[in-house]
Amino acid sequence: MDGGMLAGSGGRTASEAAAILPLRVRGLHYTVSGKRLVDIETLDLGAGVPTMVMGPNGAGKSLLLRLLHGLIEPSGGKILFGDRELSLPIRLRQAMVFQRPVVLRRSVRANIDYALAAHGIARRERAGRVDELLRMGELSDKAGQPARTMSSGEQQRLALVRAIAASPDLLFLDEPTSSLDPAATQMIEALIQRAIAAGTKIVMITHDVGQARRLGGEILFMHRGRVVEQTPCPAFFDAPVSEAARAFLAGRLLL
Amino acid sequence: MATGLILSGNAELWTIVLLSLQVSLTAVVFAALIGMPAGAALAVGRFPGKRALVVLINALMGLPPVVVGLTVYLLLSNSGPLGVLQLLYTPTAMIIAQVVLVTPIIAALTRQVIEDLDAEYSEQLRSFGVSRLASVPTLLWDGRTSLLTALLAGFGRAIAEVGAVIIVGGNINHVTRVMTTTIALETSKGNLALALALGAILILIAIAVNGALGLIGTASGRAAHA
Repeated sequence: MDGGMLAGSGGRTASEAAAILPLRVRGLHYTVSGKRLVDIETLDLGAGVPTMVMGPNGAGKSLLLRLLHGLIEPSGGKILFGDRELSLPIRLRQAMVFQRPVVLRRSVRANIDYALAAHGIARRERAGRVDELLRMGELSDKAGQPARTMSSGEQQRLALVRAIAASPDLLFLDEPTSSLDPAATQMIEALIQRAIAAGTKIVMITHDVGQARRLGGEILFMHRGRVVEQTPCPAFFDAPVSEAARAFLAGRLLL
Repeated sequence: MATGLILSGNAELWTIVLLSLQVSLTAVVFAALIGMPAGAALAVGRFPGKRALVVLINALMGLPPVVVGLTVYLLLSNSGPLGVLQLLYTPTAMIIAQVVLVTPIIAALTRQVIEDLDAEYSEQLRSFGVSRLASVPTLLWDGRTSLLTALLAGFGRAIAEVGAVIIVGGNINHVTRVMTTTIALETSKGNLALALALGAILILIAIAVNGALGLIGTASGRAAHA
């Protein structure tokens, strides 16, 4: 692996990123005891435009992200990356950050190093990259500290730089700032902007309309397991197409 | 008199203490080498009969030492399947018996620790592209403080048991006589000073082990919640 592949250095051609994108969903459903918790006939997520997934609690947003990232098996349907189904090489070009950061019981530095090692990056190339990511996440002074002793904002920053460590083409974010204060949220958003600038496709769940406006290229609005609309960002907030989205934005949509 | 024995550095007493430590520590090392990977595999594995196996291993934590001693005795005795090895009434036989006794304890505690950690880690490790099997070393390493507790629990069990080692070791002076078997023998002979001295040392070891457990508990608690 050469240094040019790393997101921080920003060097990646569009055709490389295009290999696992667009992400195409066909006839996907996830059914638990007869109930279709996710039910999506067609969905295309293209490179470049950050996608913000919105919708009421229980709409199936987290399930959709987990299905797309391959953390749970669909009950039926296809998920295609480019024109291929999920495989280990394709998974290694994706990453995910969870609502509650999962930090390993190791030092901050070892957490990042672990992710790079999992991507098969050689030890001698990892050290420099880890330093770079620590600086990016403003965690350099905590490098040797046990990661779980940090604040939740710092832990989420660690989870995010760890996720972008190997320059994923596709990054799933499940409400990464929902439990953070405004300052911590701002730092996370800056890191996300950086990943977007480096060419990473973002698919992110958020309940924060302001955040969706700041980061979003398009809004994917979900309700009762279905994608109700997929609309470019400013247009969604100014004039949502669906009645459900109008109700949601007005704060009167119930599950 | 008992205190005097401890303080005077009575050679016989310390030979017995050292043999006890040697046998039980060796047994714990082997039990850990078997029990930890087995417990971890049981935690992350998905196979039919897993629930039953977990129940069985948990039940084996309470194996009666005399039954283990009897079984190992039958295996090692001259007419037993392993009789040719001539291991009966040697420290090796006592180590084997204690390994049988301690392995389920370490395996069961490891399974619990790894299963809890796996519940937290599995999605993240899967996201990293780490397979279920390949996640075992990660889980064992990250569970290291809790697993140390499992080791100490196993050691506590081994050093304190008398039933198994007396059957397979035979309590032979200077060969297989350990603290617990000596206490049993000396008490029946009326030599209470030596029995009490060894009893005191055994209790001190138990306190040290439990103190270590407590310290580890507080340290890992601090690391997790600070």
